[in-house]
Amino acid sequence: MTASLLAPTGEDTTGRAGFTALSLVCENCGARFDPEPSAICLTCLGPLVPVYDPNRSLPSRAEIQTRQKSLWRYHEWLPFDGTPTLSPDSGFTPLVEAPELARRLGVARAWVKNDAVSHPTLSFKDRVVSTAINAAHTFGLDVIACASTGNLANAVAAHAARAGKPAWIFIPHDLEPAKVLNTAIFAPKLVRVRGTYDDVNRLCAQVADNFGWGVVNVNLRAYYGEGSKTMAFEIIEQLGWRAPTAVVAPMAGGALVTKLHRGFRDFAAAGLFDDSLPRLYGAQASGCAPIVRLVERGSGRIEPEIPATIARSLAIGSPADGLTAARGIADTGGWAAAVSDADLVAGIRLLAETTGIFTETAGGVTTAAALHLAKTGRLGPNDEVVLCITGNGLKTLDPLVDALPPSPLIAPKLREVAALVEAA
Amino acid sequence: MSLTISLPSVLSRLTDGSRALSASGATVGEAVADITRRFPSLAPRLIDDAGQPYPFVTFYLNDEDIRFSGGFTAPVRDGDELTVVSAVAGG
Repeated sequence: MTASLLAPTGEDTTGRAGFTALSLVCENCGARFDPEPSAICLTCLGPLVPVYDPNRSLPSRAEIQTRQKSLWRYHEWLPFDGTPTLSPDSGFTPLVEAPELARRLGVARAWVKNDAVSHPTLSFKDRVVSTAINAAHTFGLDVIACASTGNLANAVAAHAARAGKPAWIFIPHDLEPAKVLNTAIFAPKLVRVRGTYDDVNRLCAQVADNFGWGVVNVNLRAYYGEGSKTMAFEIIEQLGWRAPTAVVAPMAGGALVTKLHRGFRDFAAAGLFDDSLPRLYGAQASGCAPIVRLVERGSGRIEPEIPATIARSLAIGSPADGLTAARGIADTGGWAAAVSDADLVAGIRLLAETTGIFTETAGGVTTAAALHLAKTGRLGPNDEVVLCITGNGLKTLDPLVDALPPSPLIAPKLREVAALVEAA
Repeated sequence: MSLTISLPSVLSRLTDGSRALSASGATVGEAVADITRRFPSLAPRLIDDAGQPYPFVTFYLNDEDIRFSGGFTAPVRDGDELTVVSAVAGG
């Protein structure tokens, strides 16, 4: 597969020739399986991940830099052979330097990995749906589905609409209105379920088992999760082929931190950067922080929680990748932090006021956690820190309605402006 | 107490294709032990070496995660439904 073949010259939604998914291996017992829409090992029920040929040809930095600016520029580390047919242009979001935020954190330098402007649905879920929908296509699964806290619903609905595939989207009944509308506009079958995300997730595990659909975060999740690695790849490339010393990322199911860890290791193994792996820091809201508590305990199992936080996109009480996220954090010398709902709102405002980037509640959690980690000495004056901002603030406006000062209302008279200027 | 246990398709390979089994017991643990006596190869996929729920599955008693109600010690009543789901899902 060459770079030129990946250019967005039109999407083939009918043929699958020349495009196949990779085989799978169980992370728990090592059993191998042919490519299939299953995320579960038949032997031990452990999680499956794609198998990459260790002898495959890998591109140089210079070769990567000639390619289209999308997540597919890293296709050698994504779980397919051949040319992807769907969703060719997500990824490669801006890495924005944030000197004022660095000053507030007391670190040497800071950047925002800004997936709040991800194409097309303004969250990092465009990355994982890009790989999942191509996996569905290789397996001939025409119906795409998901269990979602909101951002994934937006992404599955949009990517499926573009591909001309029917989508079934299952969400908790009380999601933020903007996230519901940002899904419904794409005309999927949108189903609200009485219960929490964890209830929805359990239902979708049963749906995947009974309907033969491509449920992106159930039976396609071995391929779906790989898309998140591209955030790590982009950070390395956009920093000039070097690593930051620390990365702070939000945790819901724990998959993003898990895949960031894998992505940094992939690029280190390929010799694409020479530094140590960055320390990984996970952020959760204190009203739903099972992974943070596992990191703090140091060992054991995830203890599930019933979520109670306004950070709805992080409200997963029984995180499927919690254990692997905690291992990634420990392996890199990182840590995890939980912040209150009040602090996450302050985090949204801090990020906006210092960087000009408007994030959703999950980004507020990430920013507030970074501040907490800095105050507690986990981040220091020599650190170069990347904050992974995974979603857009326009999706979660409600928590800000009463948090911002009212704007003055004046007559269209210059003296009234002068009075405001004098009072400012 | 008599209840029904629903299994995911991946485990029905171990029960001669049956995905819904009748079981008896006063607790979830006793009901699980009952079906593993009849289908011994199920045991390591439902119960770990320490006698706790196997970590790659989640048990729901009438839609409630049993981890919130005592795990295998959760009491069951006649007519209850115990659903076993793969834990590798979501996020």
